[in-house]
Amino acid sequence: MSTNHPAARSAASATPITSITLADVPALAAGCAIFGTGGGGAVQTPQLGVEIALERFGPVPVKQVADLDADDVVVAMSGIGAPSVGFEMLGASGQAEIIVEEIERLTGKRITTIMATEIGGSNGVGPVGWAASLGLSILDADGMGRAFPEAPMTAMNVANLPPGYAVLSDVIGNVSILRPVSLAWLERHARALTVASGAISIGANYVMDRDTVRGAVIEGSVSRAVQVGRRLLTATDPVGALTDELGASLITGGKVVDIERRTEGGFTRGSVTVEGIGEHRGRLTRVEIQNENLVVMEDGAVIVSVPDLVTIVDSETGDAISTEMLRFGQRVSVLAWACDPLWRTERGLELAGPRAFGYDLDYEPFGMSADETIGATR
Amino acid sequence: MSAGTSTVTDTSGELAIGIDVGGTNTDAVALSGTGEVVSWTKQPTTRDVTGGIRAALAEVLDQLGDDRGLVTRVMLGTTHATNAIVNRRDLGRVVVIRLGSPAATSLPPLAGWPRELRDVVLAGSILAGGGHLVDGYPIAPLDRDLIRRELDALAGTFDAVAVCGIFSPSFPEQELEVEALVQDHVGVDIPVSLSHEIGALGLLERENATVLNASLYAVARDVTNALTTVVAEERLDATTYFAQNDGTLMAVEYAARYPVLTIGSGPANSIRGAAFLSGADNAIIIDVGGTTSDLGVLVDRFPRESTLPREVGGVRTNFRMPDILSVGLGGGTIVDTATGVPRHDSVGYRLTEEALLFGGTTPTLTDAASLQFGIADRELPPLDRATRQALEHALGVAHERIESAVERMSLGRTGLPLVVVGGGGFLVPDAVLGASEVLRPARGNVANAVGAAIALAGGRSDQLCDFADRAAAIEEAGRSAIEKAIQAGADPRSVEIVDVLETPVSYATRPTLKVSVKAAGPLARIGTATRQRI
Repeated sequence: MSTNHPAARSAASATPITSITLADVPALAAGCAIFGTGGGGAVQTPQLGVEIALERFGPVPVKQVADLDADDVVVAMSGIGAPSVGFEMLGASGQAEIIVEEIERLTGKRITTIMATEIGGSNGVGPVGWAASLGLSILDADGMGRAFPEAPMTAMNVANLPPGYAVLSDVIGNVSILRPVSLAWLERHARALTVASGAISIGANYVMDRDTVRGAVIEGSVSRAVQVGRRLLTATDPVGALTDELGASLITGGKVVDIERRTEGGFTRGSVTVEGIGEHRGRLTRVEIQNENLVVMEDGAVIVSVPDLVTIVDSETGDAISTEMLRFGQRVSVLAWACDPLWRTERGLELAGPRAFGYDLDYEPFGMSADETIGATR
Repeated sequence: MSAGTSTVTDTSGELAIGIDVGGTNTDAVALSGTGEVVSWTKQPTTRDVTGGIRAALAEVLDQLGDDRGLVTRVMLGTTHATNAIVNRRDLGRVVVIRLGSPAATSLPPLAGWPRELRDVVLAGSILAGGGHLVDGYPIAPLDRDLIRRELDALAGTFDAVAVCGIFSPSFPEQELEVEALVQDHVGVDIPVSLSHEIGALGLLERENATVLNASLYAVARDVTNALTTVVAEERLDATTYFAQNDGTLMAVEYAARYPVLTIGSGPANSIRGAAFLSGADNAIIIDVGGTTSDLGVLVDRFPRESTLPREVGGVRTNFRMPDILSVGLGGGTIVDTATGVPRHDSVGYRLTEEALLFGGTTPTLTDAASLQFGIADRELPPLDRATRQALEHALGVAHERIESAVERMSLGRTGLPLVVVGGGGFLVPDAVLGASEVLRPARGNVANAVGAAIALAGGRSDQLCDFADRAAAIEEAGRSAIEKAIQAGADPRSVEIVDVLETPVSYATRPTLKVSVKAAGPLARIGTATRQRI
């Protein structure tokens, strides 16, 4: 199993896809789950929703950023809230569609394209179904290149795009229109509304044209997710194929011995402890969670931290296991790899580095020099 | 059909009888306290189930002679429920009542089910207001009138009702109210399955399992009645159990109420039986039957479980059960003589009439194996050259398919032994790429029944606690679960925690957690033989 890779490939290295067909959905879902880093919601149920939508409405066109026309209008959309609620309280029929309708009414613009705010987890999968039912395209890009728990943690915010309007809808049918002064205030207000709505809602913000999109999103993420998913689904050594495809390192492999998980303030928070088995016997590794896997600790030391990616996969099948699906006794492998370079910039780290999550620690980039340190401790 | 005895060396202890009701055969074994197969038999499964169980039990008891008085436990494992789902046979028609509208209206009940199965099972769906948010606040008031109205409209079209409310594992009272409402409105005879009794959080998987459970009542009644009837007929003073998905035992009444809990027991028993008979701790197991081959993986003496929601007959559920790969390859698999390739269908239980070896006219993989190395003390009729070539080629293709299935299950890990069990085991060659060796344990032909006889005793214990006291609550529940497992017969030396489930039950005031811990272990007197090999 390969553990020593210089750096992650950029999302743009995947061969661009031009549409998502019914046959592409399993690979898209498997790939999004990997980029979910434990969050973004489990993909199984939204995958089913997308399959039903594509059966009914046909394939969804995928647009490259470079191919956007002058009259194209893009909106970024995602679910917000606690994944440990999302897999129990499923969405209402038409809950996403009403948001697009409301944004068009507010802005007077006709939306042509939906972009997943985050490619990770169900939030990379669900928008394809919404686009199908609305007859819209999907942009081959996202705002994170992974999943993050909070609204300010987007490439659009790194690029200082103004927040504009945000629209939220919940399972009851309530629609809320916000005009926040900043992404930090959007997070505070949207989170409060989401908690009131039962800790899960769907939201949209950033109405963008082709000029504002450029340089403000992470391109190629949809194609990349499909590529990673295809590689995973056809692999005979899935964990090895993943480390190779992602340029990831195997942090540990073992058995889940504890999952501390609670729904709190509109997030799923907690930690998971993995007891090493096989070549990792004797090690106890803890992954700290706020929707996503944020920090990996062992013997009091930080091994990997956000914004680098940490995903827990089934040791046998390589399937990513999102936070709410973790269960006592599962045999898992913990993988880590380098984030998009965007997140290693000063502004990127300010928005999504360890301190943005309340950890009093300096970010150490994982994947290059750090990789050797990890290798040496094993 | 066939039977056998081995020399009885230890008759001082108690005996356990394991029965496996499969689609083709009903097997039974008697296992001694030292883990020895004292007698065994293979009888054809009958349409009424009872006949097959009666014949199998009578035969093993007959072989035991005077020792039949030592039988203290009879355990039954079955693929009966699974086969009913897979073959869409004998299933009850179910009305699903989902409580939570307008939430969860994005996906209808039974979304993602194979269409034919949905058509057979679903009498109607009622999406009613009700259910709760995670914090206990109501999504909508319970719409009792709608439920009554829709039930009236569906009157006479259904056999059972499944009720699934959003966050019902945290707030179960509403499902209980709906059960009372249904029985008050339709009648007390109508069985009602409640989702909070069946599954954990995860709406679709829990609802699917609840609907399957409701549709399986009649099938379960057949098997539970058959077992109790036959044991009573034999005047055995023995406790009867059913094996469930996670390899532990449950009481017969419990199996009748929660038949869906038996759906994974067949493969679980075959993996555990094969492990027991071979003494292997880590291995790939292949159970070759008449129609399919099921592969599983043994990790430290436990069947490897699937980590993500598992499909049963195309339906996603969230039960803990063994990770199984089913390949359409068995002794009865029909060979296409034009192409020399095994087809996807099988002659099944008609093997002894239809295969060439038994004077029939259908070339099967059993014939192919017989041509290559001779089996069953029978001779093939004279064959033309084309048929011989087709059979030879088909056996090669079968070997390749087995190798690729073994490769898929081993997932890059080489050096594990391959344990071959089941009546069609002769299809597996003596050397398989990716396996360190091929083991064929004695009595591997009845591994499923052995697995039932060595099923685990389990115990579960729940605790309510504040989030802050979580660790202490898990420890306390764990201690109590271990105690319960030991009371149920588990060997104190090898009982261990096998499952920890946590459900938030926060009622507005303070966040509270329900922790539920399950412990399990092999029965104290039986199942210790493998441990001596370690």
